[in-house]
Formats: sequence, C-alpha cells, structure tokens
Amino acid sequence: MKSLEELMAIRDKTRVKMTVREDNSEVTRVVVGMATCGIAAGARPVLNAFVDEVEKRKLSNVTISQTGCIGMCQYEPIVEVMEPGKDKVTYIKMTADKVARVVADHLVNGNPVMEYTVASIEK
Amino acid sequence: MYRSHVLVCGGTGCTSSNSAAIIEKLESEIAAKGLAEEVKVIKTGCFGLCALGPIMIVYPEGCFYSQVKVDDVPEIVEEHLLKGRMVKRLLYDETVKEDTVKSLNETKFYAKQKRVALRNCGVIDPENIDEYIAFDGYQALAKCLKEYTPEQVIQIVKDSGLRGRGGGGFPTGLKWEFTSKNSAPQKYVVCNADEGDPGAFMDRSVLEGDPHCIVEAMTICGYATGATEGYIYVRAEYPIAVKRLKIAIKEAREYGLLGKNIFDSGFDFDLHIRLGAGAFVCGEETALMTSIEGNRGEPRPRPPYPAVKGLFASPTTENNVETFANIPQIILKGAEYFASMGTEKSKGTKVFALGGKINNTGLVEIPMGTTLREIIEEIGGGIPNGKKFKAAQTGGPSGGCIPASLMDTEIDYDNLTAIGCMMGSGGLIVMDEDNCMVDIAKFFLDFTVDESCGKCAPCRIGTKRMREILEKITDGKATLEDLDKLEKLAHYIKDNSLCGLGQTAPNPVLATLKFFRDEYEAHVVDKKCPAGVCKALLNYVIDPEKCIGCTLCARNCPAGAITGTVKNPHVIDTAKCIKCGACMSACKKQAISKQ
Repeated sequence: MKSLEELMAIRDKTRVKMTVREDNSEVTRVVVGMATCGIAAGARPVLNAFVDEVEKRKLSNVTISQTGCIGMCQYEPIVEVMEPGKDKVTYIKMTADKVARVVADHLVNGNPVMEYTVASIEK
Repeated sequence: MYRSHVLVCGGTGCTSSNSAAIIEKLESEIAAKGLAEEVKVIKTGCFGLCALGPIMIVYPEGCFYSQVKVDDVPEIVEEHLLKGRMVKRLLYDETVKEDTVKSLNETKFYAKQKRVALRNCGVIDPENIDEYIAFDGYQALAKCLKEYTPEQVIQIVKDSGLRGRGGGGFPTGLKWEFTSKNSAPQKYVVCNADEGDPGAFMDRSVLEGDPHCIVEAMTICGYATGATEGYIYVRAEYPIAVKRLKIAIKEAREYGLLGKNIFDSGFDFDLHIRLGAGAFVCGEETALMTSIEGNRGEPRPRPPYPAVKGLFASPTTENNVETFANIPQIILKGAEYFASMGTEKSKGTKVFALGGKINNTGLVEIPMGTTLREIIEEIGGGIPNGKKFKAAQTGGPSGGCIPASLMDTEIDYDNLTAIGCMMGSGGLIVMDEDNCMVDIAKFFLDFTVDESCGKCAPCRIGTKRMREILEKITDGKATLEDLDKLEKLAHYIKDNSLCGLGQTAPNPVLATLKFFRDEYEAHVVDKKCPAGVCKALLNYVIDPEKCIGCTLCARNCPAGAITGTVKNPHVIDTAKCIKCGACMSACKKQAISKQ
C-alpha cells in the first residue's frame, strides 16, 4: 500500500458490495414477487436481471429483495420499486428484457416507466 | 454482486452453541436451491446479544433470527431466501412489526448503546481485510502517516480524553507521550489481550469481530511513540481470536500495511503474537512483559515504568485491546467527536460484558455516564423470574460492587472510585436477592488465592489468610473479632503488595463489607445466611401443615435423611442431611423450606 488513493479504491469497490447490510432509510428498495405464482411466471430471471443491471451500473443505493404473493397473480412477475419519500411504483408482467429500461429510466434517472406499471392497465 | 447477505455470528458464544454447523448447513442448502450466486454467507464477530445466540441476520431486510438451530436452516433458505417470506417464529420478538421488521437499533437492547470500539463487530467479516477497509479501515493510519507528525497524533489522543480501558484509567495520550520522549533506539508497542477476569469477554469480542482495528491502532501507536515492533499478548484460551489475529496480520502484511515503508512514508512496523498460558497475573503489565520475554510471568516493581524500561528493557507502550479499538475512530473523526461523549473526566464509551442474573446476557457498549439502572433495567432487560436486584459486581476479582441503593450512579472512572468501587476492565455481574455477598467475596478470593504468583508475601500469604477467615464466617464459626481482623488484613494487603493483582485482591471483600456488613454480621452473630446460600448455616425443614405424606422427598433424598409414613407428615434428620436441596425441588406442595 503506497497511497491513500490505493486504499480508497479498495474501499469504494468493496463498499458497493456491502450496501445491502446497511441500515439506511435512504436506500431504494426493489422488491420482486417470488411466491409460487411469481416464480411460475418467471420472476427468477427478472430478479437476476435486476441484480446484474444494478451491479453493472454500480448503484450503491439500491437493494434488491423478494417478497411473497402481492395478490394480483395474473400480472406476475410483479416488481415494486420503493424510493424514500416517494410513492411506490408497481411494475407488472416484467421480463428480464424490460429490466434494463426500468433500471436506466427509473433507478438512475428517476422517471418511472409508466407503460410497464399497473397504472397502464387500469386506464 | 449478491442480492442478499446472511450474517451468522462466529464469536465464541454462538460458536459454542453450534453456529459453525449452521453456517455449513446454510451453505449446502443455498447451493442446493441454486442460490449460491445470489446469496452470500458471512461469518462475523459478536453481535452482543449472546443470550439469544446463535444469531443470524439476513440483509437487505435486516431480519434478526435468534436461537437458530441447524434444523431451522432449510426453512430459512426455502421460505426467506428463496421465496422472500420471513420465518416469523425465529424473529427476535422485539423486532417484529405487523408485516415487516424493526431495525435492531430500535430495540431496547441496542437503543441506548453507542458503538465505537465495537462498531464493526457483527457488521463485517473479520477474516476479510477489504471489508474492514470498506468501513474506513486503515484510513486513520494513512492520515497519521501522511498528514500528522507523531507529536500531533499524541496531541489528538490527549485531547480526546481517552483513558486506559483495562481498568487503570490512566490517560492514554500521556502514556504515549512518556514513551515518545525517550530517545532509546528500540521501542515497543504491546497490546494486553490477556483478559482474565471471570465473566469478562470484551477484548475477546473485539479481537474476534474486528482484529484489523487493533493492528491499525498499534501501528498508529508505533508511529506516535517511535516504536517499530509490537507484540499482542493474548490468552491461548481464545483460539478464535488468535486465529483471526493471525489472518489479519498476514493480510495486512500482504497489503503492505505492516512491514517496511508503510504508505510510502518511510515508517516501518511489524507485529508478533504471543500466547499466554492462562495465568491471571500475566494481565498485569510488568508480568505480561516478563512473560513475552520468555520468563516466568511474575511482576516486577515499578518504577521503572514500562515507558522507561519495559519489554526487553526498552521503552514500551502497553495498552489494553479496548483502548486501542478506540484509536482509529479518534483519529478519523477527531478528538472533539470522542470528547463529546461521556462525562467531564471520562470521555467516550465503555464496553461491558453483562452476566449473572440478567435477561440479556451479552456485550454492551454505552457512553460513559449511563446509569447502572439504565444498563440493568433497559439494556439488560431486567432480572429473570421477577427477582429483586441486589448488587452488581464490577471489575471482577479486582473490583467491588454497586448496591441497589446506588443504582442511579452515573458510571465513569471517578464516580465508581468515589463509591469505593472500580471500573475494572468491564465485567459486570448482576446479583439478585438469592446471592449471598459473603459467598461472592469468597468466590473472588478463591480466584486470587489460586492466581497469586507467589512472589510477594502480602499477596501470597495474606490472601490465603483472608480466605480462611471467610470460610470461618460462612461455616458459622467466626466471631466479630474475625471481621475486624479481616478488614485490617485487607487494608494491609492493599497497601503492601507488589503488583496490581495483590493491591486489588481485597477489593471484593472491602466493598461487600462496606455495603453489606449486615450480611456478614448475620453470618457471624445470628449464624444465619440471609440469602440461603451458605450450607453450614441453613437447615431444610418440612412444614407439617403443608406436607401430605406423598413420600416423594424421602425417595429423592440421597442421604436417607427423611423419614415418615405414607399420608403422614415427614421429618428431616438434620444430622444426616447433606443440604443438597433435592427434597425441596422434588416436593410438589412447596412444603419444604430453607431456614
């Protein structure tokens, strides 16, 4: 170890991987429905796609977890995005392909992809 | 990247209740479910709430599972890790909310705690240097080497008000300054990890949970005092701590954080581990250094103090584990940060190992100035079985006790000394109405008699004589004259012993005599043990009104001391009775009592 920069590089690299362990209300939570209905509809590839995409973009303020049945089984795979201080956004009929756009538009730039959300059907 | 981290406590407490097997089962179940790429299992140090071990925390939810068994693991993996449904029955009650979990910091046990020395325990993987660095590890060292002169480092430590956490309470910055001003060519840093007080495990938990912070702090101390070599003297009875320390030193060497020219500053420093063979006296600083030198662990007179002539006759700075654990935070966050916590003369926090008659047995770190009442009633969760609090023993065999009447004393070095007690290294043993204070004093004296190294007469002979008097008291054979003799002898040993062990050995007796003289007198004058502990002074008696003659007691008595016929009240022959209490626990009518 020769310099502080070297140390900070290791710090930043490892810190991103440890975000999930922080008790932080500032973190955005992505929750994937992983009950039997969700898994049958293909929730696992969606979950994995979120993990990959978030890592690729080095988003240190996002955690990804699963939850049980949300109750709208016909719309699975369902993904909920909860940002601190904002209304929850519910995405339906998610696929691995749709994930990249949700991450880019919503998680990075703050614009929910309205056409994928549950609101798009109710209209 | 892993979407979920499962932290399992790998401290000594949880390891002894099988956490290693839990980790193994977790890993195999996770692999079987195809989650190995998504879920990471991490073995951490102590979380503190040892009473609820083995402990597991699942992130990102922050689920705190307590008393987990190997058989629970498949359910946790299937339900929680695969399907995202928490296993409610295993959650720590205090964290359960309707449909989610509360943060641990909102629970009574953690709410009043302030974790400085324990900040990384139960948070990071102690066997992975990167995780320590991720939580700002080794930045304090970099800051010292790059920005501060050794004098500036010492000034920061002095300004912080940090005092020795091993029990002495000597200002740490001043200790460092003494060594730094010595111009000898070779100097040493020594870490005292020979934690010997019965019931104390603060240092062990720091070493097991965050070994790198000790490596970093000792290196900082080396830079500040001009030492290039350090020794960690740790008990061989702490195998997990020793293993993690070895790994930490190896990792630090690989990263160039130990060795030559650290951070390109021209400063060299390296560390060695020495194992203690389990002698209590080796926790005394001069005996410890004698032991490191390869000699029999016996203390030597001070002065000369270690700062003048210490290890291998060179100037040496010796600090306790917990003292070192505070250093990196003081450097990083500044002296003011540390000095903002605590009381006027005792800054910062103190770690206590809570044990005895208390619900939440475990490790707590509180700001100085917290009252004993807060520790016992709030953080500790009170006394089990609705019993009444009698006293808390602090400082182990060198300490004293705080009676219930002084429960609102704010805990710091000076307040405890003022009431005739001492801070000690941090063991806090809670006693309720069923504990006999004379018996407690005898227990600690037994310990010091065994552990006296025998070098000086006051300690070697004096403590033995004190124990004999205590035995006379608990056997009901003592007179009031013996009580006076005991007190006189205690003061004599305190004033004349060579080292800290002997000088403090009478403390448990003096403190209990001060606060519980009535209990001593009950033993001596009335020949009674009020708490019903001292066997020689109590008799088991059957109440003929309550006894229904079921014969259960007679059948359970190993000495054949109980006689009586069916359906008629039984009688205990006190001459034959060995006072084992078997009859009392067998009786279903509560007809038997101790008198």
